[in-house]
This record gives sequence, structure tokens and C-alpha cells, in this order.
Amino acid sequence: MSDAPFTPVLAGYAAGSEQPAPVTPKNVPYHGGPTNPSAGALKARFGDAIVRVDVVWGETTVIVDRARVNEIVRWLHDDPQQRYDYCSDITAVEFRDLERPIEVVWHLRSIPFRRFLRLKTLLPKGQPLAVPSVYDIYRGADWLERECYDMFGIRFEGHPDLRRLLMWEQYKEGFPLRKDFPMRGRFSRSEQLRQALAQNPETRYSMEELSIAEAFEDLPADMRQRLGGGEKVGE
Amino acid sequence: MGLDNRARETGVSINPVAQESWVTTKLDFLVNWGRANSLWPMPFGTACCAIEFMATAASKFDLARFGMERMSFSPRQADVLICAGRVPFKLAPVIRRIWQQMPQPKWCISMGACASSGNGIFDNYAVVQGIDTIIPVDVYVPGCPPRPEALLYGIMMLQQKVMRERMADKSLRNEMEPDPRSQLYIPPERIDELSENFGNSVHQTRSGL
Repeated sequence: MSDAPFTPVLAGYAAGSEQPAPVTPKNVPYHGGPTNPSAGALKARFGDAIVRVDVVWGETTVIVDRARVNEIVRWLHDDPQQRYDYCSDITAVEFRDLERPIEVVWHLRSIPFRRFLRLKTLLPKGQPLAVPSVYDIYRGADWLERECYDMFGIRFEGHPDLRRLLMWEQYKEGFPLRKDFPMRGRFSRSEQLRQALAQNPETRYSMEELSIAEAFEDLPADMRQRLGGGEKVGE
Repeated sequence: MGLDNRARETGVSINPVAQESWVTTKLDFLVNWGRANSLWPMPFGTACCAIEFMATAASKFDLARFGMERMSFSPRQADVLICAGRVPFKLAPVIRRIWQQMPQPKWCISMGACASSGNGIFDNYAVVQGIDTIIPVDVYVPGCPPRPEALLYGIMMLQQKVMRERMADKSLRNEMEPDPRSQLYIPPERIDELSENFGNSVHQTRSGL
């Protein structure tokens, strides 16, 4: 924890104070419309790693090369002219069309410049589903990538702890949001129930680990101070 | 009072004019009367049914009128498990363990269509199709979600059921224990260890202990 005084970040302050606050745009075309300037900057910086740029309903989608995702996101995060400091979602899309590849989607937001950028990469069917992780850039990507792995079976290479998030860890039926997954699951109801009851909720987190008193030393300094002071004696 | 009326209904003689401090009754009746009018619910709320359950407990419908004065958030002090809402498979071992931690005598109310049957719309890979596949259920309350009146009616049905119990009938308290060789079996000492008396509140830093 740093002791620096907390300065609030105002959305859009880097775009200059002379710019008026944005209003909800009207009559936005389906295709076309103003492109996010970051798309052009990406094309200039990464060249052929940028496959395509689409503007749909006023939102810019950049389709990028799978191998260079981490590099591109890192540049978007670090570059002083981009400053995409918030990763709001990571998810995937599978289409009914067997020929169409699975898409992995990153939603990035630049709070200082008030920009929204959607990155996509295409994973063709029949190849191992793997993309680079952005965990080392956004710590908030941890559970987003775990959920995406849990539901679609897409491996995020470089994630330190890639395991199921929503289903229990011993879940054996596959990846529920894939199109080839039957809605009621692959096993019979009795077998599903038997396996669910056999799961042990304490495999990874013991009761001792979850206890607040035991974790007291691991808490941040300010929280330790508050809990150790007046609030502790209050009954 | 309730005792007088119920006593008359069950044919036990009492003379309220005599001002004497004794009464003859059946032990079954007295025990059941005490149990039925002091059921402590253990709320297991997972979805919108829990909102209706909270409304039932609040002042407008006032669960306290039926002896459910206190929500028991520890299964160790609870008599009735009220499962309000859908139970996903990931919660199945949790509700099973809560049920095992509750002391006898204990009852269970399955509140709402999801807890009772899976509700049809949740007929998918993630949701248990009725909690009676995990634990025994005494009263099913239909509805999506049920209104507080419906839950109160279910609670009164449970009270009637409790009043008809007989101590001689040992089968009422039979618990189906899983096979000790299976993965489902949790030895009693392990359950005790996981749920110390009064939950695990002794570990909470706010208790001042």
C-alpha cells in the first residue's frame, strides 16, 4: 500500500479539458461511423498483426493475430496515447456454423481518453483452443479467463492458475457453453447428482484458510489497522 | 389459549374454572405442541424465493406469530430447513452437509417450484431437479415464487404434521446414512469439526474474543 495521497481520476481528462463531455450519440449507422483512433494507431504500430477493423453500431472491433494478443494488449495498456487501463470483459463466441471459427473477445476501456475498444481473435475449429493470457497486464482478467476456460475450454497460456470457476473442479462433462454440449449435460441425472455430491468443497480452501482471524496478517495494512483498533472491541 | 383449544379437540379433559395448576394430557401431544410452536427456521435462500421469504419474516406477514421467532443462521440450532430457490449442482454437497449438521428432530420445507422440481425452465446441466433428490422434504410450497401467504400455509401444514407425530414411531427419526465406503460419507466427528457450536463465529474478529 502506498502512502501517496489519493487523487481521483476523472474520465476523459487526458483528452483535454476543451472537449465537451460526450453525449449519447443518435442515428448511429450499423456499419461505418467514426472509428476509434486507437485502431489506426494499432495498424501503424503492428501492421499485418491487425487482420481487420470493423465499426459496428459505432463501436470499433479490431481483429488481431492470435499469437500477438498479449503484446498488443500490453502496448494498448502502456502507451501514453492509448492508456487502456480497464479490461471490462473477456469472453468467447461460438457460432452454429461449423466452418466459422470461435472468437475470443476482449473489451478494453481507456478511462483517461474515454475510449472503448473491442479486440477479437479467431480460433479455427479443429485446432487446439489456446490464446495468450493477459493476466500479467490486468489482474482482473484472472476470473474472466477462468470463466472462459470453464465454459468454452479455451486455454489461456500464461495464466498462473487456470482451473474451473463456475463448475466444480472435478466436473467431467465438458464445457457447457459449447454448441456440441447438450443442454441437460452428458450424464444421466442420477450420475450428475452422484458426482456433484462427491465433490469436496474444501479441497482447495480449508476452513482454516477461510477464517478471518487466521488471515489477519495477510490483510492490507489499512484494513489491519481498522480491524485491530476500535472496530475490534465493538460488540 | 392454544393449549386449551387443542386439548379440547384431542379429547383431553381440563377444567379452566378450577384454577388448579395441573393438567392431564398425552406426552405426545405436549411434546408435539411445544415443537410445532417453536420451530426455528434455517433459511437457505438462493434466489427470488428468498425475497418472498424475507417478506414473510418481516413485520407485514410476521413469521414470529407462528413461533418462528428467530432465524437460525447456524444449522446446529435449527429445526426447519427452508430451501428457498434453485439449487445448482455445485451447492448440492453444501445443502446435504447443512442437513446433516441439523440435530433431530428436523424438518424441511421446499419453497418454490425450483427447489421442489427444478421448475422446468431450469431443466439444464447445472440445476438440481428438486432438492428431494438430496434431502428428505416434508412440505412442498408451489409457486414461482410463492406469495408469503403460501409459505405461511406451508408452515401451518408442517405444524399440523408435527402435531400428528408419535414418539413410539421410531421410523420418523431414521436418517439415511450414506455407505461409509462411498465418497458421500462424512464421518460425524468430521461434521462436528466443520461446524463447531454456534457456527464458526468464534473466529470472527468482530466478536471481541
